[in-house]
Amino acid sequence: MSYKLQFAELLPYWNVLLQGLVFTIVLTVVSTVAGIAVGTAGASARTFGPAWLGRVVAVYVELIRNTPFIVQLFFIFFGLPALGLKLSETTAAFLAMVINLGAYSTEIIRAGIEAVPKGHIEAGLSLAMTKWEVLRRIVLNQAFRKIYPALSSQIIIVMLGSAVVSQISAEDLTYAANFIASRNFRNFEVYLLVALAYLVLAILTRAALRALGRVIFKAR
Amino acid sequence: MSLVSIRDVRKSFGANEVLKGVSLDIAKGDVVAIIGRSGSGKSTLLRCINGLETYQSGSITADGIEVAGANTNLRELRRHVGMVFQQFNLFPHLTAAENVMLAPTVVNKVSKAEARATAAEVLAKVGLSEKMDAYPSELSGGQQQRVAIARSLAMRPKVLLCDEITSALDPELVNEVLRVVEQLAREGMTLILVTHEMRFARDVGTKLVFMHHGKVHEEGVPKEVFAAPRTPELQQFVGQVG
Repeated sequence: MSYKLQFAELLPYWNVLLQGLVFTIVLTVVSTVAGIAVGTAGASARTFGPAWLGRVVAVYVELIRNTPFIVQLFFIFFGLPALGLKLSETTAAFLAMVINLGAYSTEIIRAGIEAVPKGHIEAGLSLAMTKWEVLRRIVLNQAFRKIYPALSSQIIIVMLGSAVVSQISAEDLTYAANFIASRNFRNFEVYLLVALAYLVLAILTRAALRALGRVIFKAR
Repeated sequence: MSLVSIRDVRKSFGANEVLKGVSLDIAKGDVVAIIGRSGSGKSTLLRCINGLETYQSGSITADGIEVAGANTNLRELRRHVGMVFQQFNLFPHLTAAENVMLAPTVVNKVSKAEARATAAEVLAKVGLSEKMDAYPSELSGGQQQRVAIARSLAMRPKVLLCDEITSALDPELVNEVLRVVEQLAREGMTLILVTHEMRFARDVGTKLVFMHHGKVHEEGVPKEVFAAPRTPELQQFVGQVG
């Protein structure tokens, strides 16, 4: 059994691959920033907010964490138009990613908030700071420090999981691979190359996040 | 008029009543030492004074503000009532100076420069001028507790609540903290201390309160109370710890 690798056949499609790669990177960066913002708000609401709001957040988190990402994506892209909400595949992809990471990061950040000693919160309150000032100035900083590694892993998971958006024709790296394979039938070469691209992307992202962490959380 | 007035305060945690009608008057400049066995309600009482705990009945006013009033502005109350804790509770991500500067800048909206000047002043007062830029993890327990005291002082409180502030310290570090508290007492700061340091309570305190089963069991001038405890419970307590 022998197979002759012919990567040269991919060359004409280099710009398709590049566009896909850029899309995946932008999708990951944007949904990371927005998803963590959602997670921070969600975790804050669950720990420091009123009980009713905490319950609303809990329902959101459980709904997202207990259903497959691809179903969430399909619901947004194919389901919502029934309610008159028609989104482009790109918008649907971004939205699904933010909603998904938002739920997971809510739980991760909440764990960080709950790991901050209660005494620090009482000390802040005793200094006449409001609950929200205590949260922002004292609690969140310590919480993020504690959960940064877990959050980094989740970002990588979400980045790799973003391949699913190709299923609604959002033009990411996997979509590019599907596109090329359907044209030249070089499935082996295309998916090998794209797998390597994801691998490199994940390793670089991890390294970048680690470096970023060192800058944000300077030695103390 | 008393600075802190506690009237028949009752407080329960579930079915467990920990304060069973406590009344106490504290005047400006008083140094009140609250002693008693663990579980006698002394820390809970202290935490009720600045609203960290709520109570079911009775009333507490501090600097004229009713602590549990329906419209009480706890922020206003706490600007005048400082608290120091057994576990220091310094914010680990901030330096000593930043710990001290946080509340003045956030709550009183003073400028960074002004807050830094205040921090320098209060840290000098507790003998830690050279540690302004050290992080809590680089300080000993005694130093951390002195930073915590400085942090409270930066808000210029009228009353300082001290909740067993030497109980988490190694024995050789206790005195450096007590010396700071003693100096504050000499300068006229009103202090309410829950403490196990009997000698300190006797020598520095102007008023001694012995709590037992959620009530003020005996109170008076420390030297007199220690010399001649009237109740058998205090006699026994003094005998055990003294």
